[in-house]
Amino acid sequence: MTVIITDKGFGPDTWTLGYEGDTALDLPSDTDPVQLSERIAAQVQMIRIAFPSFADGRGFTIARHLRLSGYKGHLRATGHLIADQYAMARRSGFDDVEISDELAARQPENQWLARANWQQNDYQARMRGGSPAAA
Amino acid sequence: MYKYNDFDTAFLAERNAQFRAQVERRIDGSLTEDEFKPLRLMNGLYLQLHAYMLRVAIPYGSLNSAQMNTLALLAEKWDKGYGHFTTRQNIQYNWPKLSDVPDMLDALAEVGMHAIQTSGNTIRNVTADHFAGAAADEIEDPRPIAELIRQWSTDHPEFQFMGRKFKIAVGGAAKDRAVLKAHDLAVRVVQNDAGETGYQILIGGGLGRTPMIGKVINDFVPRADLLPYIEAVVSVWNQIGRRDNKYKARIKITVHEHGIDDIRARVDARFALIRPTFLGADQELFSEIKAHFSAPKFRADSTTPYDTAYKADPVFRAWADTNLADHRVSDHAIVTISIKKHGATPGDASAEQMRVMATLAADYGYDELRISHEQNVILPHVHKSDLPAIHAKLKQHGLGTANIGLISDIIACPGMDYCALATARSIPVAEQIATRFDDLKLEHDIGHLQIKISGCINACGHHHVGHIGILGLDRAGVENYQITLGGDATWSAAVGERAGPGFAYDEIVPAVERIVDAYLSVRDTAEETFLETYRRVGMSPFKAALYPEAIKKVA
Repeated sequence: MTVIITDKGFGPDTWTLGYEGDTALDLPSDTDPVQLSERIAAQVQMIRIAFPSFADGRGFTIARHLRLSGYKGHLRATGHLIADQYAMARRSGFDDVEISDELAARQPENQWLARANWQQNDYQARMRGGSPAAA
Repeated sequence: MYKYNDFDTAFLAERNAQFRAQVERRIDGSLTEDEFKPLRLMNGLYLQLHAYMLRVAIPYGSLNSAQMNTLALLAEKWDKGYGHFTTRQNIQYNWPKLSDVPDMLDALAEVGMHAIQTSGNTIRNVTADHFAGAAADEIEDPRPIAELIRQWSTDHPEFQFMGRKFKIAVGGAAKDRAVLKAHDLAVRVVQNDAGETGYQILIGGGLGRTPMIGKVINDFVPRADLLPYIEAVVSVWNQIGRRDNKYKARIKITVHEHGIDDIRARVDARFALIRPTFLGADQELFSEIKAHFSAPKFRADSTTPYDTAYKADPVFRAWADTNLADHRVSDHAIVTISIKKHGATPGDASAEQMRVMATLAADYGYDELRISHEQNVILPHVHKSDLPAIHAKLKQHGLGTANIGLISDIIACPGMDYCALATARSIPVAEQIATRFDDLKLEHDIGHLQIKISGCINACGHHHVGHIGILGLDRAGVENYQITLGGDATWSAAVGERAGPGFAYDEIVPAVERIVDAYLSVRDTAEETFLETYRRVGMSPFKAALYPEAIKKVA
């Protein structure tokens, strides 16, 4: 099982339609976001991007590219992310983060909530007149 | 000098609190060693051969006396009484305890300093011309641009877990003193035909095991486009750069494999998406930053004390001839303080020496100091009448060596004495070369000659771009030193050519001596520098001097 993390902490998965149909995309970290823009049909409501390792930061660029290209649906980071990356994920345009129960036990909710203040102390927001990098 | 505003101060306090918590979470097991590693690295903390090493950023090499005094405090309180200035305008402490590091970072924060992104797969400390704001040949002070880039790159959410590190340098003068062409990305202030100031952007330079000279990706980026343009470059590379092999992960390889035209097209497309997110706040910020770097009010006074000392004192004269550079105000000078005393570790300064330099800056230098990539310390603004007093003080503290740009002004990496990656010693080789040529009293006759020494193929000692480059390797458990000739770290950048088989540890200094003897005998005039001579005559006379046995065998 997995845990979904938002600014409010740990919660259950509310996405019930799975990743098999036309409404969702489940993408690996080596996805080319430039090619992706053409694949996103109007009915896509959920895009989930894999982080096979916390050291693989390509997902942040993919998320950002999707937002800059006009994608307004849900964006989820899934896999091996650490609590220290929560602010980066949110600032890059992800709505939430999905991690394993095992990782959630090792890095409990308070460690993620410590980064729920991701809208503060953000040089990118300053550079862009208030809005975070992905807006 | 840039002064932190409330935002910067709050950011740094929060960041340091986060790191303190990360150290605790490593100890309680919340973070694995693998997970903690990039977090400590992005806060400047390495694990070296013998201990942790903390690398503190000196952004674009600029600091004031209070900051220099804090660097001295760190050396004394938490280290062994010294620090090591690096080729990227940082200072390294080689012996801190992990548990002390959060306190060290808090002490730095009190004077607006940090160790953020001095390591790890991030955008590193932004470097700049060490004569910025003072040089006679300057078009524009590069430091406000470097500070803007520092702020933009700090904790950039997209660029904290990249495939590899990314180094940026900024230059704003006719001469390149920042090794622009050996950086992942270089910004060079230029003017277009319409007289507007903008930036030429180069990418894909780098040293390491595959040295490459940077290529121009854009000849003229308008001011307001700078950050989105750089962001587009890093974003494209973060996505398509190789992650299967760390030695092929730098942007130089991406540029080499895709070609500069393909990268340019991708960057242009990404730029078109990013540019609209910059609505002008960055340019307002740039104006604010610029105001911090306005020149001090230079005092006018007679230069007689300088002229008198120059005539009367040959030691002062020798120092003035090598260690001073032209200031943009004619009765001022730029002083380079040599951290390369003959026989000492290049770039190492004691806490006492740091305090002496801080006091000189406060008393005579409009409170400004710079660190050069050549591992020396600079007083950028000094009225010439104060030079004799400064020189006298420097001599008392082992800082009066007159060797800037000469054969003993050597760049050397820490090598096997400190570094876990090194395959050979660098520091003792540098010390022995300096001592040997000091004994020969030939240094000033030889003139401008840069020796750069790396203790492994990662090339932290910039050996590829040394006029004489020395690379220390391990050959079946024995140190072996390869020599390259003709490297150039300036705008006419070139990677040195390998001379031939390497030399053993006890053969390398005599080998360098043979190269220098060959130069002295084939140079046209005393004014023709080593590099000019090499470019005129090529490798063969040096090869003959290095390998006399080989010549005999052929004969």
